Amino acid sequence: MPDAVIEFRDVEYQSSGRKVLRGLNLAIRRGEILVLLGRSGSGKTTALKLVNRLLTLSGGEVRVEGRDVTEWDVINLRRHIGYAIQDVGLFPHYTVQRNIGLILSLERWDKQEIHARAQELLRLVGLNPELSSRYPHQLSGGQRQRVGVARALAADPPILLMDEPFGALDPLTRADLQREFLSLQQKLQKTVLFVTHDLHEALRLGSRIALLEHGRLVSLGSPQDFLSSSDPLVMKYIEAFGPVEHVRGNK
Amino acid sequence: MNFWNFVAQNRGEIADLTLEHLWMVGISTLLALAVGIPLGILISRRPALRKPVIATANIIQTIPSLALFGFLLPAPWIGERATRLAILALMLYALLPLIRNTYAGITGVDRGVILAARGMGLTESQLLFKVQLPLAASVILAGVRVAIVISIGLATIAAAIGAGGLGELIFRGLAMVNNSVILAGAIPAALMALAADTLLGWLEKRFTPQHVD
Repeated sequence: MPDAVIEFRDVEYQSSGRKVLRGLNLAIRRGEILVLLGRSGSGKTTALKLVNRLLTLSGGEVRVEGRDVTEWDVINLRRHIGYAIQDVGLFPHYTVQRNIGLILSLERWDKQEIHARAQELLRLVGLNPELSSRYPHQLSGGQRQRVGVARALAADPPILLMDEPFGALDPLTRADLQREFLSLQQKLQKTVLFVTHDLHEALRLGSRIALLEHGRLVSLGSPQDFLSSSDPLVMKYIEAFGPVEHVRGNK
Repeated sequence: MNFWNFVAQNRGEIADLTLEHLWMVGISTLLALAVGIPLGILISRRPALRKPVIATANIIQTIPSLALFGFLLPAPWIGERATRLAILALMLYALLPLIRNTYAGITGVDRGVILAARGMGLTESQLLFKVQLPLAASVILAGVRVAIVISIGLATIAAAIGAGGLGELIFRGLAMVNNSVILAGAIPAALMALAADTLLGWLEKRFTPQHVD
C-alpha cells in the first residue's frame, strides 16, 4: 500500500510461549485515526509497542514510513512517534513545562523556544498556559492526561501511538477529551494508531476500526461498516456495549 | 576522676580521636558510595546478577567485625596500616544498604513513567540520569543514612586493631574499668551518629518526590 505510514506484515509476536499476535496484516494511512479495538489480551497493546520497538517482534515485519522498524535507529524512531498511554507517566519530579519540553531540550532547543512551545501546546490541548510551572501531583486526572498528549506532540511527530489514553478518566472528562482530540486531529492531521477496548470510543474517534481477537484481525472498516457487519464477533462486541450514540462521520 | 574533669583535661586528644573517627567513616563511606551505587544500578539492569551480588553483600554483613579485621590482615598494602584496614572493613559493611537501596529505588520507579520515557525516545543513560536516579534519590539517601550510622558505631571497634578513633577511649576505659573514659569515647560517637542521622534524614525528605497517589 503506497500511502501506508505504518504497516504490519504477517506480524507474529510470542511471549513466553504464548502467541500474542498471529499473522497480523494492517496498514495505517496518512492522516487517519485507526482504532485497534479488542478485549484485554487480544494483542492490541502489543501491536502498538511493536511500532516504536518497545517490544521486538518474533516474525514478519513492521514498517514505518516505508522502512522496516529494525532499520531505524531506535531513538530516532521513537522521537518520530508521539506516545501517550493510560498511566500518562508524567515525570513527577519535573514541572509541566519540563515534562513537555524534555525531548526538546535533549534535541538542544533553547530555553525560550521550549517555553514558547510548551505554552503553545498547553493552549492546544485546552489547558491554561499558567499550569506550566505546576507539578504533576498538583493536576487533576484530566489535566494530567492533557499534559500527556501535549508531551506526545512536543516535537511535532507525524505519527501518534495512543494506548487507551482516556481510559482512566470519568465519563464526562473522557467525552470532553475525545471531542477535543478529534478537533485537534482535524488541525494537525497526524497519523494515529489508537488502542482501546471501548466500542463507543472507537466509533467516536476512528476513521477506521480494526477489531482484534486472540492476536488475529477479525474485521477492518469504517465505523459504519463496523456497525453493519454480520461478523459474529463484531456483533457480539456491539451487543455487549449496548446502544450506540456517537459515530464519527454521522451528524 | 569524674567525667567532666576527664573531658576537660583530655579535650585535645578527644578532638583528635573524633577527627580520626570522622576520617575513617568519611573515607569508607565515599568508597562504599563509589562501589555500592554503581553495583545497585548494575543489578537493576542485569537481573541475573542481583542474587549473587546481594548474597555476597549479605554474607559480608554477617561476618563479625573483629573477624573481618582479622581476615583482611594478610592483604598486601591494606594490611600494612591499621587505618587502611579499618576503612576497607567499614566500606564492606556499608555496601549492603547502599546496593539494596539503590536497587530498590530504581526498580521502584513507577512503570508508567519508565514506559513513557522509553517510548518518547530517551536513551538508556538519559533514562537513568534524568528519571530513575532522581526519582530513586530519597530511597538511596535512606541507604546512605543507614550505612553511615552503622559505620560510626562499627568504627569504634577499629580501635581493637589499633586504627584509632573514639573506640580507643572506650577500650582504654574498659581496661581501666573507668566509666568516665568509656563515656568520653562513647558520647561523641553517639552524638556523631545522631547528627549524621538528622542531617541525612533532612536531605532524604528534601529529595522525596511529591506524589498524590
